[in-house]
Amino acid sequence: MSADADNRDAVPAIDVRGLECGYEDTTILKDVSFTVRTGEIFFIIGTSGCGKTTLLRHLVGLQAPLAGSVRILGQPFTEVGASQRREQLKAFGVLFQGGALWSSLTLRENVALPLEEHTTLARRDINDLAAFRLAQMGLSGFEEFYPSEISGGMRKRAGLARALALDPAIVFFDEPSAGLDPVTSRHLDQVVREVRETFGTTIVIVSHELGSIFGLADRLIMLDREAQGIIAEGSPRELAETSPDPRVREFLSLSSVHGT
Amino acid sequence: MSPAPEPPAASATVRPVADGLEVVLAGEWRITRVVPSWSPGATRPARVGMRMDGVTSWDSSLLLFIADVEAWCRSQSAAFDGSALPEKVRALLTQLTSASAAARASHPHEGNIFTAVGVATHEVIGSLRAALHFVGECSIGFVGMARRPGKFRWRDCFDQMQQCGAMALPIVSLISFLVGLTLAYQAAEELRQFGADIYVADLVGLSIVREMGPMMTAVILAGRTGAAFAATLGNMRANEEIDALQTLGISPVEFLALPRLVALGVMMPLLALYSNCVGILGGMIVARGILQISPSAYWIETQSIVNIHDVTTGLVKATTFGLLIGLSGCLCGLRADRSASGVGRATTSAVVTALLLIIVADALFAVIFNLLHL
Repeated sequence: MSADADNRDAVPAIDVRGLECGYEDTTILKDVSFTVRTGEIFFIIGTSGCGKTTLLRHLVGLQAPLAGSVRILGQPFTEVGASQRREQLKAFGVLFQGGALWSSLTLRENVALPLEEHTTLARRDINDLAAFRLAQMGLSGFEEFYPSEISGGMRKRAGLARALALDPAIVFFDEPSAGLDPVTSRHLDQVVREVRETFGTTIVIVSHELGSIFGLADRLIMLDREAQGIIAEGSPRELAETSPDPRVREFLSLSSVHGT
Repeated sequence: MSPAPEPPAASATVRPVADGLEVVLAGEWRITRVVPSWSPGATRPARVGMRMDGVTSWDSSLLLFIADVEAWCRSQSAAFDGSALPEKVRALLTQLTSASAAARASHPHEGNIFTAVGVATHEVIGSLRAALHFVGECSIGFVGMARRPGKFRWRDCFDQMQQCGAMALPIVSLISFLVGLTLAYQAAEELRQFGADIYVADLVGLSIVREMGPMMTAVILAGRTGAAFAATLGNMRANEEIDALQTLGISPVEFLALPRLVALGVMMPLLALYSNCVGILGGMIVARGILQISPSAYWIETQSIVNIHDVTTGLVKATTFGLLIGLSGCLCGLRADRSASGVGRATTSAVVTALLLIIVADALFAVIFNLLHL
C-alpha cells in the first residue's frame, strides 16, 4: 500500500462521535457514532421517519447538534466559527431531494455560482466549466434553460452538476432516487459510480432504495426510529445475510431484489 | 324499487346486575351517524360489564364509547369488565387508550394560561433575537459590499429595482393622484368660506411632501414588494434552495436579502418623489376645477410653501420605510416554515410587521423633526 493510501486510511473523511440530533424539545437520534472512510460510497438507510435526513442536515452543517461532534477530513466541523465553516464547506457538494436549483437562474448560472463565489477564475472559464459539468450529466444544450423548464430527473442531474462544480472531496446525496423512474435512477447510480472512480470522491447517500444500496454501497449504517440511533453498520450483503437483528434482515431482504 | 331498509340505530342499554351495571350495546355503530354517549347518572357501581352481542357493525365510534366507559370507571374506582367484548375490540381499545394517554402526556400543560404566556414570551424573545441577528448580518453584508462592490449581485439588484420600482409606478400614480385629489377636495369648501382658496396648494403641498407621499408609497410597497419578498424567499426555503446556498458556504443574507434591500432603499425615495409630484398634480386639478385657481398660481403657491427641508425629510422617511419593508419581508421569508401554509403566514407577517414598523417610525420621525425644527 502506498504512503498516500496509508494517509487516506489514517484520516477518515467524516468522523461522527456521540452525535445527538433533533430540535430544542425533541431528540431524534442519540449517541450516533460512525466513520466514513475516504473514497468510499457510504449509505445511511432506515425506514421513513427514522432521522436519515436529519442526520444528513447535521453532517452538512445545516443544523447544529444537541451534543457530540463531527470531524470532516480530520478537522473539527461542528464547533468552528462561520469563516472556518465557510472554508470547510468548499469541500462539500450536496444534492438535495428535489435538486434545489435556484429557480431564478439558468442551469449554467446554477452551476457557475459556486465557482463565482469560491474561485478567482475568469468568467469565460467559469462558463466553460459549467457547460462541461452539465455535459457530463447529459444536459448539453440545456444550459440556458430555467429549472422550471426541465423534468424532475434533469433537475436532479443539474443539481449534481452543481454539487460537483467545485470538485468537492465529499458529496452528499439526499434520497437521489426519490421521484425518479427506474431507468433514470439507474443512470444516476452510474453517474455516482463514475464520480467516485474518476475523482476518488467520498460519497454519502441517504436512501432506502435497495437496488442502489446493493449496487453501490461499500458500507452503510442503518438507523431505527425506536432505537433513536444506529442498529447496524457494515456492508449490505454481510448485514443482509448475517445480521442478528431481524429488522436489518427484513429491511435488506435480498430475495426481494436479487432472488438469492 | 323499494328503498333499502334503514339499518338498526346504535343503542347502549344500561341495566343493573347483581354486582353493578351491565352495558349492552346493539345496532349499527357508525361514526358518521348519531351514536349514544355515555351518561350513567349518579350511580356508583362496583363493576361495569360490557356486552356487544347485538352490534351488527361498528367502527371507531364504538371504541370511543367503550373508552369513555372505561375512563369513567377509573374515575369512579369501579371495575371495568370488558371480558365479554371480542378480542379485536379489546386490542384496539388498548391501542386507543395508550395512544391518547401518550398524546396527553406530550402536551401536559395544554390550555394552561401560564404555559401559553410563557411560550408566547419565548417566541417573542426568539423573534427579536432573530431580527437583531438578521440586522447584524445585513450590516456586515453592507460593509462587505462597500469593500468589494464587484462581488455584489448587481444584476439581481437591478431586477429587483425594476420589480419594486418601475413596475409599481401605475399603482403609485393612481393612489397618489387620488390622495392629492381627495385632500384638495376636502379642504376646498372650507377654505373658500374664508376666502383662502389659494391655501389649498399649501395644504396639499405640505401634507403630500412631508407625510402622505412617503407614507402612501410605503403602504403600497409593503403590500406589494414586502409580500413578494417574503413569498419568494419562503418558497425558496421550502424548496431547499436556501439550504443549497448554505451548503455552498454562500450567505443567504448577502445573496438574497442585500440586493433586495439595496433595491428598495434606492427605489423608495425615487417613488416617494414621484408620488409627491402626482399628488400635487391631483390637488392642482381640483383647485382648477372647483376653486378656479390657475395651475401657474397653484404651482407658485406650492413653491413658496414647500421648501427643500420638507422634501428632504420626506425622502429620509421614504428611505427608512423602504429599508424597514425590505428587512421585514426578507426576514419573514428566510424564517418561513417549510410548507405552503408557512409561506402564507410569512407573507402575512411580513406585511403586518412592515406596516407596524412604518407607523412607529413615522411617529418617531414626527417627534425628531419637531425637536430639530425641520
